[in-house]
Amino acid sequence: MNVETMKSYQQQKTHQINNASSAKTKSFFESGQAKNRLARRILLDRVLQKVFFLSTIFALLVLGILLQRIVADSIGWLNIHFLTGRLSINPEKAGIFGAIVGSLWLMSVVIPVTLVLGVSTAIYLEEFAKNQKLKHLINTNISNLAGVPSVIFGLLGLTVFGRLLGLGSSVLAGGLTLSLLGLPIVVVSSQEAIRAVPGFLREASYAMGATKWSTIRRVVVPTALPGILTGAILAVSRTIGETAPLVVLGIPTLILKYPQGIMDDFTTLPIQIYYWTLDTVLTREYANLAAATIVVLMVVLLTLNASAIIIRNKFQRRY
Amino acid sequence: MKRSANVREIIQNKGINRKTQWLEKGMPVFFVVAALISILTTLGIVLTLVVDASKFFAVVPLREIFSTNLAPLRAENPAFGFLPLLTGTLITSLIAMVVAVPVGLTAAIYLSEYASARKKKWLKPIMELLAGVPTIVYGFFAYSFVTPLLMNLIPSLNAKNALSPGIVMGIMIIPMVSSLSEDAMESVPHVMREGSLALGTTRLETTLFVVIPSAISGIVASFILAISRAIGETMIVVIASGSSKNMTFDVTQSMQTMTAYIVEFTSGDAGSGTVGYYSLYAVGLLLFLFTLAMNLFAQHIARKYREEY
Repeated sequence: MNVETMKSYQQQKTHQINNASSAKTKSFFESGQAKNRLARRILLDRVLQKVFFLSTIFALLVLGILLQRIVADSIGWLNIHFLTGRLSINPEKAGIFGAIVGSLWLMSVVIPVTLVLGVSTAIYLEEFAKNQKLKHLINTNISNLAGVPSVIFGLLGLTVFGRLLGLGSSVLAGGLTLSLLGLPIVVVSSQEAIRAVPGFLREASYAMGATKWSTIRRVVVPTALPGILTGAILAVSRTIGETAPLVVLGIPTLILKYPQGIMDDFTTLPIQIYYWTLDTVLTREYANLAAATIVVLMVVLLTLNASAIIIRNKFQRRY
Repeated sequence: MKRSANVREIIQNKGINRKTQWLEKGMPVFFVVAALISILTTLGIVLTLVVDASKFFAVVPLREIFSTNLAPLRAENPAFGFLPLLTGTLITSLIAMVVAVPVGLTAAIYLSEYASARKKKWLKPIMELLAGVPTIVYGFFAYSFVTPLLMNLIPSLNAKNALSPGIVMGIMIIPMVSSLSEDAMESVPHVMREGSLALGTTRLETTLFVVIPSAISGIVASFILAISRAIGETMIVVIASGSSKNMTFDVTQSMQTMTAYIVEFTSGDAGSGTVGYYSLYAVGLLLFLFTLAMNLFAQHIARKYREEY
């Protein structure tokens, strides 16, 4: 076969293919079948878009029902006496002041401990760690720690703080247990905040003759502060609603004395909700008390979360 | 006059220097110690569980925990078959996944592929809010609202059952599935979507045949993390699922999960030092190993099968 015949053969072939495909496309697109198929595909897209939207709205709906339900149950029970009164077996007289004080004492341990440990860990990982293996180990460890069920932290607290160190079911034992639980949140968000501090700020500080520590103290940490605070608030809002570890620690509910210090026994809002919910079988009104306590807890949590969002949006500077 | 002031300054500066030098050397040490505390926590958890679980296994042979007979508080001849706890945990977690996976994934698709920036701006905080509700509140919700609601539909439903906490647990993990899946889908580069759309596909077809296959590692990882979260969830099942130790697959009946077993035992009856007391560490160890394995598996999948662009 010479070159010429081959060329003409190819041309012929291409011509045939072009002809065939154009003929086919023409008839296909002109047929009503194709239009129908396209219409169906577009319709499916539209319909499923609505379905996807509804499923996103489902979350909103559930949140709405939950809040509506709890507020409805608490109406008539949530008053000044309920907020300032002492605990009582009689539902008409019961108040949650002791649980509020207990939760505050608990946070007075959790906030400083998680903040100091979490920020220090993050500073070490981001500013000092030269040993890549150790850094990797700590990072992996923290992400795994974040996945450990909270009830396991309760077992750790019961064994180490409660029994081994003899702290029993005091504020300190509960606070240290919950601090470890909140630690990963603070570490991760502080790490992100510190990583976002641009290098030129550090270099400028060094160029002015500042040492490493004063650069961290006066440049890195202040710049990263909004991110660190956001993480700290999220950790607080996570731990203030935590129940399982405290139940495992053996935190009792019927504490009539208010805690005076970190070595005293205490009770918290979630613990109170737990026991009242369990006891609704005995006394119907306990469900209303639990609902009223949930309202108090949710107001605190919403305030905390909203302030975290505000801090994140308002004070975070981007470079 | 001037010279003496300078000398004083120098002396003062030297004092400051000594102090700062001390901080300069001391603070890194402090930071290392703080960083090591997180490792100590993990070690503490492992040691606590292993030491006390070994006291349990010294008395109870390993094969006994695979029996279906669980009667830890029986005065004579207590039995420690953990299978009822395992089935209880698995069934409640499965129900949760049946709720969370379809809703979470479709919500993620909507947020990542369909929602306008304006809609996203108010939908995402609501999801975050749902994630921030304490589990005790969900427990109350399951027991006092969902269970009575389901009783209208299924008259044979027990006051304590596996269905209601399973569903509520599913609702609880929807935000987790949707936000992690959404992150995975958002990280698929836009050029791929545009390439697909340019070929004449609809947005749905692009999502199903281009975006989801590319993001599948992150999506699967989010499912595994969600199961792990459901397995470790405590308060919802403690309140709404009760403490029946019979092995059953009937979701209208009360079931006890591993987490609920731990809570029941610590908050009361078994005295320290008894076999019953040590059994909760054995259950805790199982729970820890399960969740750890799942978390590591999720990390592995997310890393290994990630498509890099």
